[in-house]
Amino acid sequence: MENSPLFKSGHTACAGCGQAIAARLVIEAAGANTIVANNTGCLEVFSTKYPETAWGVPWIHSLFENSAAVASGIEAALKYLGKKDAVNVIAQGGDGSSADIGLQALSGMLERGHDILYVCYDNEAYMNTGVQRSGLTPFDTNTTTSPIGSLSSGNVRPKKPMPEICAAHGIPYVATASAGFPQDLIRKVKKAIAIKGPKYIQVHVPCPLGWRHESNKMLSVAKAAVETGLYPLFEYEYGALAARRQITPKPVEEYLKLQGRFKHLLNNPEETKKVQDIADNNIKKYNLKLETQAPGA
Amino acid sequence: MKEFLEGSHAIAEVIKSCQPGVVSAYPITPQTHIVEDLAQMVSNGELKSQFVNVESEHSAASVVLGGSAAGVRVYTATSSQGLFYMQEVLFNIAGMRLPVVMTCANRAVSAPINIWNDQQDSISLRDSGWFQLYAENNQEAVDFHLIAYRLGEDKRVMLPVMVCMDGFILTHGMETVDIPEQEKVNKFLPAYKPLYKLDPENPISLGLLADPDYYMETRFVIQETMREAIGYLSGISKEFSDVFGRDYKDMLVEEYRLKDADKVIVAMGSVCGTIKEVVDEQRAKGKKVGLLRIISYRPFPYARIYEALKNIPKVAVLDKAVSLGAYAPVAADVKSLFFGKKKSPKVISSFVGGLGGRDITTETIHEVFRRLNAKEANFDFVDLKPELLKEEYGE
Repeated sequence: MENSPLFKSGHTACAGCGQAIAARLVIEAAGANTIVANNTGCLEVFSTKYPETAWGVPWIHSLFENSAAVASGIEAALKYLGKKDAVNVIAQGGDGSSADIGLQALSGMLERGHDILYVCYDNEAYMNTGVQRSGLTPFDTNTTTSPIGSLSSGNVRPKKPMPEICAAHGIPYVATASAGFPQDLIRKVKKAIAIKGPKYIQVHVPCPLGWRHESNKMLSVAKAAVETGLYPLFEYEYGALAARRQITPKPVEEYLKLQGRFKHLLNNPEETKKVQDIADNNIKKYNLKLETQAPGA
Repeated sequence: MKEFLEGSHAIAEVIKSCQPGVVSAYPITPQTHIVEDLAQMVSNGELKSQFVNVESEHSAASVVLGGSAAGVRVYTATSSQGLFYMQEVLFNIAGMRLPVVMTCANRAVSAPINIWNDQQDSISLRDSGWFQLYAENNQEAVDFHLIAYRLGEDKRVMLPVMVCMDGFILTHGMETVDIPEQEKVNKFLPAYKPLYKLDPENPISLGLLADPDYYMETRFVIQETMREAIGYLSGISKEFSDVFGRDYKDMLVEEYRLKDADKVIVAMGSVCGTIKEVVDEQRAKGKKVGLLRIISYRPFPYARIYEALKNIPKVAVLDKAVSLGAYAPVAADVKSLFFGKKKSPKVISSFVGGLGGRDITTETIHEVFRRLNAKEANFDFVDLKPELLKEEYGE
């Protein structure tokens, strides 16, 4: 990929970091007339270590949990200045800062109707502090604070349904996306930016370090999450499910076996079955299964 | 124009004249009347601001942070727990050198929950990098907001300013206040022109990670700016006086009947009105007493206070806050400034009073002067109720 003027190379993300790739795709899709407010987290740390910055757009980091509120203030200031129509505002953060500690600020931003796109880069744990579980860590994931042991096979709860929580605010647009499907992500960001009001996109971004997979396997890991039904790609408009990416479902083992964080499940059919149930439930709930055409039809 | 107004309404009037582009607040007693009035002004079209009704004080502070970073003048107000909930954002605003102005309607902090006045809330935020100006009455509270914007937005300063006014006593008190006319405000406080802002025409990054090679200097320069701002305040005050005719001298302290005084009370805020009354009464009886009122608590005007108190034999510091387990906060600052100095009061006694809204009456002040004798008092509480303590700890 050639160097991007909006998210420049030379930052310090790990090789194969899904978040770095997704963040670049997001800002390139949004364009130069964009102001970004960023929560604390990997993205902030690896892209803006003083005296350097990777960002070619105006960018601000304040705290861990407040990018949605900081962006609300930026948007209000742009409205006051009569410049809102010319400038996009993006607030962004990781799964922990969006779904856990920053959920209140995000909900406030959505409820107040600000014209802001919120992007949650979901790598499914607190990676910046060393792989602690978050509200978006999947069921049975081995993390440093949901470690496997004689009494535990990892994280005891499924992912918090953030897209539905955001959609329940009645906002115009909610979508999930994946670093494994770059064109789909770009399309969704462009679509969101064109809609006035609050928007939420949650992007699944593999973390080679935290998920324990080879750096060069980032895309295939991301794709497998979608293809198994564990990370369904869909869009909500005004609270109603509007579109989804259909798949020919693969068994969840195809996804789990690629990652060290799920290694303990591979010889444990009982636990793997529970993960398969989550995928099956998604497939049913979002109608993900591609219908094969009946012969002769 | 002189009007008989509630303090909160007077503050809303002066904020309207400052024309902030973004106002954001979350309701907490006793701050509410200020922001209710501002919301009404926006609703009536008298104030062309974006009023952002947030879901918490943390977000109120974050919204004004974002608005200020986007290059507009901003305002918020809070109290007590709300100020504490803002705390990490307040340090952040100062570190990012954003000239946010806020009103702290001073109130006690939990537990036990108590909505009445003391100054524990703002004093606990003394290390945050915010200027703290304490008003004695509503006229000052109004005027200090104009000075706050001028000071914070001064290109030599670029720091946030907190105007502290005692909750209920001032916020809900009715007084005659001269509300500054718009043309005079425009003369004193020109439109805000930010030194730096988030702007796609000139993209900059704000709020970067500073490792041990860089962090210390960010704190050093704020400390230097605070120190230098002690001098800027008198210049801004002079300009204020030229435009509005009210003279706050150096804006650091007020000396009240200090010349030749044997006994002086040091205090901040509305209680100083009560102290002045007692000083006048005792002076009329030939007693040499006085008041040193601290206006600027941060930056703390060490040299100015030294000059004012160095020849006073007995000084009592009356704190409306505590630092549990240590000397009372203002008393500790006053005591520390005399260490190793040639001249010093013989006694610097520390008294704590008025916590959680307990009235500090003229009798309380007489009592402080009585207890200010050769034996130094250290964080002696005044107006305690011994019968309540017996109930709690009695045999």
